[in-house]
Amino acid sequence: MLSFTVRRLIIMVPTLLFISLVIFLLLELAPGDPMAQIPLTVPPEVKQQMRLALGLGEPIPIRYWKWVVQFFWLEPQVLIDYYFGSSFSEGKLRVMSWQTRSPVMDIVIQRLPQTVWVVGMSYIVGVLIALPIGIYSAYKQYSVFDQVGTFVAMIGYSVPPFFSGVLVIVIFSVQLGWFPSIYDTTLEVVNWDTFVLQLKQMVMPVMVLALQTTAQISRFMRASMLDNLNQDYVRTARAKGLSESVVVMVHVLRNSMIPVVTVIALGVPSVFGGAIITEQVFRVNGIGQLLITAIQATDLPLVQTLTFMFAILIVVFNLIADVLYGILDPRIRYD
Amino acid sequence: MTDTTLQNLVKKPRSRWLDVWDQLKSHKGAMAGGVVFIFIVSSVFIIPLFWPYEATYIDIRSRNQGVSWSHPFGTDQLGRDTFARMMAGGQTSISVGLTAMALSLFLGTFVGVMAGFFKRLDNILMRLTDLFLALPLLPLLLLMMLLFRDPLNAAFGPEQGIFILIVVAIGITSWMPTARIVRGDILAIKEREFVLAARSIGTSNTKLILRHILPNVVSPIMVSATLGIANAIITESALSFLGLGFPPDFPTWGRLLYDATDWLQMYPERVFWPGLAISLTVLSINYLGDGLRDALDPRIRGR
Repeated sequence: MLSFTVRRLIIMVPTLLFISLVIFLLLELAPGDPMAQIPLTVPPEVKQQMRLALGLGEPIPIRYWKWVVQFFWLEPQVLIDYYFGSSFSEGKLRVMSWQTRSPVMDIVIQRLPQTVWVVGMSYIVGVLIALPIGIYSAYKQYSVFDQVGTFVAMIGYSVPPFFSGVLVIVIFSVQLGWFPSIYDTTLEVVNWDTFVLQLKQMVMPVMVLALQTTAQISRFMRASMLDNLNQDYVRTARAKGLSESVVVMVHVLRNSMIPVVTVIALGVPSVFGGAIITEQVFRVNGIGQLLITAIQATDLPLVQTLTFMFAILIVVFNLIADVLYGILDPRIRYD
Repeated sequence: MTDTTLQNLVKKPRSRWLDVWDQLKSHKGAMAGGVVFIFIVSSVFIIPLFWPYEATYIDIRSRNQGVSWSHPFGTDQLGRDTFARMMAGGQTSISVGLTAMALSLFLGTFVGVMAGFFKRLDNILMRLTDLFLALPLLPLLLLMMLLFRDPLNAAFGPEQGIFILIVVAIGITSWMPTARIVRGDILAIKEREFVLAARSIGTSNTKLILRHILPNVVSPIMVSATLGIANAIITESALSFLGLGFPPDFPTWGRLLYDATDWLQMYPERVFWPGLAISLTVLSINYLGDGLRDALDPRIRGR
């Protein structure tokens, strides 16, 4: 197991490097010039200097190498400096945003808490709702509950978040006025009232994101439970007189959770990706919204870094899923 | 034993597709989904032929109207008929969905066949698939929209250019699941006796793939085709909703929804129709795909 993990970790490095190269080349080979908006009256020498100041104008391999060094070597140093007060990264050039002329990672760190709160909460809520639904609809297969569950899951698959989000805004914020339609990130939770406000503004984005999570995971839980409910060991457990709750909730559930746990791990990156849209609907200024504004402003370093961070999420959670699968299921052997 | 009992015992030979159709007919959700999808597609393409208003016709004096007989869905802030715009938007959204699905299916099947059939290509093609699966798709799609919109607009005109861009972008970011499924199936089919028989009479590789192997992997391809349409329609709407899809004067369902959110406080009902259209189309396709998967699965069929 350990050797498998180490091997996968080693394979991760070229994978990530390749993905970063793909993203870099995509940005590089694209037509269009970041200097296109500069007035024609600016002399060409000045333009050339501006290019150099932005980090452009050098050959592609050199710039790729510089970005790799900045991202993989300098940024961790900055992090170490921040925590231990050392000065490894002093005076070195970090990845700079073209919009704000500040380091990209600083902006990302500012935006990350909002996304993690909203997305993380929604994922947890979604999973917590999905598991009981999946278990019960498998146990009572083809019952009314199961049929309704299937239908709701289909709706969860089919209704895109930019519609369900707008719909809940229309209902709960325009018509009923229960919740604010815009997520206020300046709100600091200091007392009970602000805590209630924070809860109120989180309800709608969390619910919209959770609907999708619930749809997927409850279906998967149901299928996985159904696979196990007809197995011989379940009959054995019943035959030796175990109570129904022990049979279902201990014997079947533990075996059924193995694939579900990996699916939960695999779903994390896609939830972060889906949050791009939800954040846009509810005006949450998280990293998804940062990506959209960066794309609209052609802020290439920021776009590149953010896209690459999404790629890291996917690769890391794929690894986590594989390792979890191996740990949870002793029948799986990777060697 | 009399002749009649013998005749009862010997059933008429039935083709596999007749069995599939029978199984599909018994799946109520799939039938309902199919009917709704056909209804949406045909109304979106046929009604505009008779409808008196053009989607782009501006009548500023009758702007922001509510529901009436001449404008069943009302009019927007420029007096354009929302019903006509919904139909035009549906044409674009469904065309994008179908074309992107066809492209991704072609790519997926091609890669899957190559990887499954030729052992030398298997490793490299599957590594490529894994790499594509590790790419963050929505950010990359947004990036492609940003980078390639202007040159393609200049080359093909604003509508054609963005259509090509969206279809290609969705196609090359969604072929991976199809490729994996097709490869898996082909690896199993390749070892069967009929392939050996075909090879022993000197069938060339191309003929072997096209005549003998591909017809046997049609069912997983069909299932991923239905899911591919749904996926493509949602992706196109999401791009339009984020303002990186079709231009404003060119209606698609996602674009109509995006435009309607600006008027959420005053005219909340405007959000409803495009959103409902997207959801209903995708829902019907998903149900159809669900039924198809059951019908094409020989383990479930005939139960």
